[in-house]
Amino acid sequence: MAAGAALSEKALRDRIETVLAEVPDPEIPAVSVVELGIVRGVDPEGPSVIITPTYTGCPATIAIEMAIRVALDEAGLEDVAIRTVLSPPWSTDMISDAGREKLRAYGIAPPPKGAEARSLRGADIVECPRCGSTHTQEVSRFGSTPCKALWKCADCHEPFDRFKCH
Amino acid sequence: MSDILFRSLLELGDDSLILAQRLCEWCGQAPSVEVDLSLSNLGLDLMGQATLFLGYAGEVEGKGRDADRLAFHRDAEQFRNCLLVEQPNGDFGQTMARQFLFSTYQLALFEGLVGSTDPRIAEIAAKAVKEVRYHADISADWVIRLGDGTEESHQRMVDGFDWFWRFIDDMFAVDANQRALIDQGVLVDRAALRPAFDARVAEVLAEATLPAAQPVWQVGAGREGRHTEHLSHLLGVMQQLPRAHPEAAW
Repeated sequence: MAAGAALSEKALRDRIETVLAEVPDPEIPAVSVVELGIVRGVDPEGPSVIITPTYTGCPATIAIEMAIRVALDEAGLEDVAIRTVLSPPWSTDMISDAGREKLRAYGIAPPPKGAEARSLRGADIVECPRCGSTHTQEVSRFGSTPCKALWKCADCHEPFDRFKCH
Repeated sequence: MSDILFRSLLELGDDSLILAQRLCEWCGQAPSVEVDLSLSNLGLDLMGQATLFLGYAGEVEGKGRDADRLAFHRDAEQFRNCLLVEQPNGDFGQTMARQFLFSTYQLALFEGLVGSTDPRIAEIAAKAVKEVRYHADISADWVIRLGDGTEESHQRMVDGFDWFWRFIDDMFAVDANQRALIDQGVLVDRAALRPAFDARVAEVLAEATLPAAQPVWQVGAGREGRHTEHLSHLLGVMQQLPRAHPEAAW
């Protein structure tokens, strides 16, 4: 019998969550798929892991699903399915506080909270993830991945990625 | 009714798919790295929308066709995209004129579809509308920057818009058969979005010091599968690989 079916609901949920906390995002490996808010939860019926894409066209979506599949299989949870949902749509508010700190330490300015309410015109202050200066400016609204914009710091002169509010 | 829903989903998916293909033609050729990244990123968002809408279209049709099958194994006359998105890129000014017109239209459309009584359409629109808001914003910025820029950039924006005015009615066209789905709240009445679209376009053109929209003879009817010659050429490139190697996998 596969491990998933042998465990109690609570134990199964804990086990899956522990496994997924170790699965890094393929493009930003400093944070896990759980910290990014891609894993929406565990449904004991099935059982299945519920995930949601960040951007509709994010090419990492398939890689993320494969990474989760591999991690589950390696933990003996072959019978746990993966289900993708779109609603409610992912937003940067779903990135955990721990995830935000890890992004900053990795050199990516994390998005402020409240993505829905804020103007797209970028009126908010962006802090350089390296030196903490707020003397920063946008270089390009699109960066190395769909979720990031390119900024630079006028004090330490380093360019940096900024996680876009979404 | 399901065949009308299928056709309507093709309209949504094909608009995004064809414009994504056009935008990706800029990859490696844009005027700067920043612009290169932005055009490919816009294309990527549109590709995501196309995958979701065409995937749902295939389920509604119920003949086992998935998004890839619909994208790569239909001929031009089976595509339901509007004529605007299939037009060649031209120069960067023309590409940005097209993007601004389309994203402004698509933003109004998706803001309406978020409230669709079809939960699948509503959730795709809710997901995509956030991305489209960014597209509308960035393309308006470029229209203003180029229109209110140098003499040459201004003229290129004038020429770019001049090519596209003839395709606006086609983009908003509604088929009489779609009326029932509009009445049920599944679809949005595109015609009703037109005044807000016209107002937004006029606002940005004025800020860009560009001439107002020109009342020109309107070309139809992409939604009925009658396309300009450009679509076949585009599909020839886009579909070549999966048609030449139907079993290819990577």
